[in-house]
Amino acid sequence: MITAAVEQRETYLNASYGLKSWLLTKDHKRIALLYLGTITLFFFIGGVFATLIRLELLTPRGNLVSSDTYNKLFTMHGVVMVFFFLIPSIPATLGNFFLPMMIGARDLAFPRINLLSWYLLVIGGLFAIFAMVAGGVDTGWTFYTPYSTSYSNTWVIATALGIFVAGFSSILTGLNFIVTVHRMRAPGLTWFRLPLFVWAHYATALIQVLGTPVLAVTLALVFCERVFHIGIFDPALGGDPVLFQHMFWFYSHPAVYIMILPAMGVMSELISTFSRKRIFGYGFVAFSSVAIAVLGFLVWGHHLFVAGQSLYAGMVFSFLSYFVAIPSAIKVFNWTATLYKGSISYDTPMLYAFGFIGLFTIGGLTGLFVACLGFDVHVTDTYFVVAHFHYIMVGGAIMAYLGGLHYWWPKMTGRMYPEGWAKLSALVIFLGFNLTFFPQFILGYLGMPRRYHVYPDEFQVLHVLSTAGASVLAVGYVMPIVYLAWSLRYGKLAGDNPWKATGLEWRTASPPPPHNFDVMPVVTHEAYDYSTTVGEAIEVG
Amino acid sequence: MASHAHAETLAVQEQFDTAAQQKDASGLGMWIFLITEIMFFGGLFLVYIVYRSKYPDVFGAASRSLNATIGAINTAVLLCSSFTMVLAVRAGQLGRRKAIIVFLILTLILGFVFLGVKAYEWNEKFQEHHIPGPSFLMEGVAEQGHAQLFFSLYFAMTGLHALHMVIGAGLLSVLLWQAWRGKFSAAYYTPIDMVGLYWHFVDIIWIYLFPLLYLIDRHGPKP
Repeated sequence: MITAAVEQRETYLNASYGLKSWLLTKDHKRIALLYLGTITLFFFIGGVFATLIRLELLTPRGNLVSSDTYNKLFTMHGVVMVFFFLIPSIPATLGNFFLPMMIGARDLAFPRINLLSWYLLVIGGLFAIFAMVAGGVDTGWTFYTPYSTSYSNTWVIATALGIFVAGFSSILTGLNFIVTVHRMRAPGLTWFRLPLFVWAHYATALIQVLGTPVLAVTLALVFCERVFHIGIFDPALGGDPVLFQHMFWFYSHPAVYIMILPAMGVMSELISTFSRKRIFGYGFVAFSSVAIAVLGFLVWGHHLFVAGQSLYAGMVFSFLSYFVAIPSAIKVFNWTATLYKGSISYDTPMLYAFGFIGLFTIGGLTGLFVACLGFDVHVTDTYFVVAHFHYIMVGGAIMAYLGGLHYWWPKMTGRMYPEGWAKLSALVIFLGFNLTFFPQFILGYLGMPRRYHVYPDEFQVLHVLSTAGASVLAVGYVMPIVYLAWSLRYGKLAGDNPWKATGLEWRTASPPPPHNFDVMPVVTHEAYDYSTTVGEAIEVG
Repeated sequence: MASHAHAETLAVQEQFDTAAQQKDASGLGMWIFLITEIMFFGGLFLVYIVYRSKYPDVFGAASRSLNATIGAINTAVLLCSSFTMVLAVRAGQLGRRKAIIVFLILTLILGFVFLGVKAYEWNEKFQEHHIPGPSFLMEGVAEQGHAQLFFSLYFAMTGLHALHMVIGAGLLSVLLWQAWRGKFSAAYYTPIDMVGLYWHFVDIIWIYLFPLLYLIDRHGPKP
């Protein structure tokens, strides 16, 4: 009976056919799938670079690639993963798909701009791929001057242009989200009835809108410096290379929160749904997102502790950096408190959520270590820092991304993923991740610098452990690709609300009709209202 | 297709319920876009602040070499173009097609006058060897590098501003074409309103650029 209904019903997937209907679509759900395909491709390109890096580091000598090639590998790994995977990851796919549905809208406020954003990401990505194919870039993903402006003989301009263009994709996505949340909410959906996923994306959008233009102008100056030698960052003319670091990190530190805030939004949905409980301290969790966005703009100087910044500036930035721990801890404590006396089920998304809490806690606490001025001088540019930010950006952001993808997969495709395989992949990823990156904390503490492929023999055991972990991790990342693709055809039909969740996105069919709702919803209850039965939570008006 | 209970006869896109909601969303979107523009130009203003506070004397001397009279005239031209832009928006509110067209054309002309004067000034810089690069020479200044920094910023900032003017001229041309085809009425003139906001923003950027580049330390010794 359900099968017949699915076949006859008009969904966003079968409303029109053909390549053109996808490439010119204005439907936020289709655009989200375009993004999903694009960033998955970039994830695996970045993954290939990571694989080569880990293979090279198996031995203390540089015997797989030359030093120059190694420089290019870690640079391109960083560029691809940060700018073309992590920054668009959750907002542009899950956010694009579900933000309008969660607020009961037919689409984002500016569907054409949404499509333009995707094209900008693709064009930026093509620049970056061109740079990689033509010979690569070796400046590190941070493009520090004066190396990037005066000395590097690699494809800095093409890569910087790619990031510049992709940046506008991020800006326009943020702009679209802000306007949509302000102007498109369903009747009765007040700010404090919004799902926390929406709050997190709103905070993310603030950073995208306020931070990314600064990166754009900074990269434009690097471009001018390389092409016209205008001298802004050139000490020979009285320019200051460290000014670049200030401008770069003014964006790129908040950019870390572009990656982690949406992940935190996903977490709130997962924890609440699979504990069948209202999130503990809703207001605190909502405002902690905004607090992280605001504080994120005040801490960039902690990347410059050893860059000749004044000691007093260093102390202030160190002090302010500690403050980020407060809203982050509020979130972790509130998720944990939500579990208390909840009716917990261990479906795959929840396993990813548990993984997130563990890994994010380690990543966050080591963040306090590196925020500490004295300790950071010891571990600056070591594997300790590498391990710290991978715990946040891979352990945190990607765990939540995969958790969210599994959670909403039935809504996006109308099919369930195979639960057994999915649980196994969550476990493999968690174990593989820890085996990859935990040894790196020890390596870094012992003095292994980042960005070197030749190292003293005594570090080899830890490097071998890390590479072994990376192999496990790679298996864990390939598995979802295979079984999610399999489920598109063979997965069992999901039904409208397989998790019995309360969000508006579950109040419509799976997959949703082209304009999301057959009857536009009217909201009479707060989000996560698991006290009433699901049918009563939202009246259909 | 979903039918919109409140849909009005005007072109309301399918994601909106009412024309008012659509107009409101456009306005908010435009303001947020302008905030991103402020952050974009903000990077250059930051660089300016850093180097001017580091090298105040050279910046003063370099600034005095600019022609403040021409700069002032250009400022007046741009302010007039903002005025004609406001009149175009007003004509849109009143739904007067001819007036919209006339004021858009006037705005365009004033915009091109500004760009023409700017081009004349840039050309002057070439003749005076004030273009950053190997042949840069500024007489009477010991620190040639610092003077170059001033002119790098001068070209970066006025260049980015001029680029925005060119984009604005493109937008005005599209509006003109749409107005010609009678797309606007008292009930629907949002695009004119939005381009108006953009045009005023570009104008305001210049209002800051003019004193910061032309008018600092006017009374110091001529180079």
